[in-house]
Amino acid sequence: MKRWMMFLACWMPSLLWASSGEVHLDTAHYDLTDKASLQRGARLFNNYCLGCHQMQYQRYQRAFQDLGIPDALGQENLQFTGEKVSDHITNTMPSESAAKWFGAQPPDLTLVARVRGADWIYTYLRSFYVDPNRPFGVNNKVFKDVGMPHVLQELQGVPYEATEEMMVDGEMVERHVGIKTDGAGAMSPEEYDAAVLDLVNYLEYTGEPSRLEAESIGRWAIIFVLVLFVFVYLLKKEYWRDVH
Amino acid sequence: MWKNLLDWIEYRIPMMRVANMHAIQYPAPRNMNLWYVFGFLATVVLINQIVTGVWLTMNFEPSSERAFASVEYIMRDIDYGWLLRYMHSTGASAFFIVVYLHMFRGMIYGSYQKPRELLWLFGMFIYLALMAEAFMGYVLPWGQMSYWGAQVIVSLFGAIPGIGPDLVIWIQGDYVISGATLNRFFALHVIALPLVLVILVFLHIVALHEVGSNNPDGVEVKRKKGSLTEDEKTSFKMHEYYTNKYDIIDDVVPFFPHIVLKDLVAFCVFLLGFCYVLFFNPEMWGKFLEHPNFEIANPLKTPEHIFPVWYFTPFYAILKAVPDKLLGVTAMFAAIIMLALLPWIDRGKVKSWRYRCGLHKWNLLVFAGVFIFLGYLGGTPQENWKITASQILTVMYFGFFGLLWLYSKNENTKPVPARITK
Repeated sequence: MKRWMMFLACWMPSLLWASSGEVHLDTAHYDLTDKASLQRGARLFNNYCLGCHQMQYQRYQRAFQDLGIPDALGQENLQFTGEKVSDHITNTMPSESAAKWFGAQPPDLTLVARVRGADWIYTYLRSFYVDPNRPFGVNNKVFKDVGMPHVLQELQGVPYEATEEMMVDGEMVERHVGIKTDGAGAMSPEEYDAAVLDLVNYLEYTGEPSRLEAESIGRWAIIFVLVLFVFVYLLKKEYWRDVH
Repeated sequence: MWKNLLDWIEYRIPMMRVANMHAIQYPAPRNMNLWYVFGFLATVVLINQIVTGVWLTMNFEPSSERAFASVEYIMRDIDYGWLLRYMHSTGASAFFIVVYLHMFRGMIYGSYQKPRELLWLFGMFIYLALMAEAFMGYVLPWGQMSYWGAQVIVSLFGAIPGIGPDLVIWIQGDYVISGATLNRFFALHVIALPLVLVILVFLHIVALHEVGSNNPDGVEVKRKKGSLTEDEKTSFKMHEYYTNKYDIIDDVVPFFPHIVLKDLVAFCVFLLGFCYVLFFNPEMWGKFLEHPNFEIANPLKTPEHIFPVWYFTPFYAILKAVPDKLLGVTAMFAAIIMLALLPWIDRGKVKSWRYRCGLHKWNLLVFAGVFIFLGYLGGTPQENWKITASQILTVMYFGFFGLLWLYSKNENTKPVPARITK
């Protein structure tokens, strides 16, 4: 037992070192049934993301319906440039210029939750930190040298990388332990995490608007198959009784 | 009235005769176990693919500009479009699951042996057509994996000496994978290959019914005319087509209702799994629908890792195991051709692994393990140890056939019973 502990203790620092290379993703406990959260997420998206990122496969109206927002209210609060409710969620940023401004065209975000996963987005939006070497003054722990500025900075405050010195393989090394802010944001760290979670929830919804409907039909389908199974099995038994 | 109508039809086309011969009074061994349901399930999945495919085609637009958007249109704006699309995408993977199990059944019970060689070959052609069908279908949504997967697979043809590069351009219809490629793959996916598949399935079933179904004992149920006493013959009514030519032993049941009911029980169990994936986990953690494929195809941005869908990964691992491209492609196709040649590689006379030597059982089980492990290696990010592992496993894959050829000549087999065991 002791020898095992020693063995583990010797390996611990290098294990930590190995894991620090790949960023740990926080789990996003999103809830697609939480309409208030989805509505807050939609507001955040349209206010902070839509300027650069489109959601070209999603229609306003469909989102309003699924999120329980009356069309008129949605049009008033979530549509800014006079689109029809039946329009797709797009912006008018010219893609050539966008590529010039940011180094790459900002990707469409309709399906981003299905490409990256909720945990990735949740961690990514909480991992910006000040880096004077980057064009927009920020870098990201999850997406190194990303071309995107930290658009949620007014909510989070100015984020700095928090490090601590620790002994790794006999040398003192600076290790990333998280993000701390200057506290000048409109939200507390807990409020900011909750807001990002709302946004992730909304992106998870737009990735697959049919998710909840699929699950509710699915439950009935499975109950039906189970009942069908019982009857088919009994019928089969009846016919096969004389064979063996 | 009803009978008159049936008689009227029967006089003009042999509807009931064919139904009786192939679907009702077909003699099936009564000991066909769980392994024997996958042919039926494959047929059901084929029908599912055709029906959902027709409805998807109504709204899909096969152009590089509109393909991706039209799939999302189906997912969002068409009533129950998501259901059709997931039934189709889940069906594709389900097809390969049941087909792989169906093939392994044929291997463990020797269903490819005389007189079922042609039946096995038709099956292998179905498998080939299915792979082409699935590959082209996966290109259609025009996501990143559609594009780059197509890039990898089409470029394999470029390894053929001499004509390779021209062949690739001919297949693509362009100098690169483009909208022209998408368009022709669409045509092949919705018309040409399904037609070939349906014809091959028809031939597969006709060939099966001509030679009769094998069973876990590998005992033939059709005997020479006049070799059985009345007591030994089956008491079920079987079609004259079979009883006129053979005496059929009392170890069979009619296809309907006995086998159909058994298949339906299996179908319910299958449907449970199918509905779980369809409604609750259509991506199957990125295995049935790969995550990068939710991003539109971008010829300027290579994904970090390119994998074919899970059902191709064993062959992909063999391809990557060989350092030389041409040899790798050859090895990959050889892996499939070896399977097709099984009836001639296996020189044994005993069919079922129940009555064959212990080595044969181990050889089969190891082969199944090798195939699954190769699939894992071909479907996960490249690492150094994986290259060595896939090289060893590739040798083991071909080793299965070599060993089988060697020991099947003078094999120590157990006596095969005269009748089907309980």
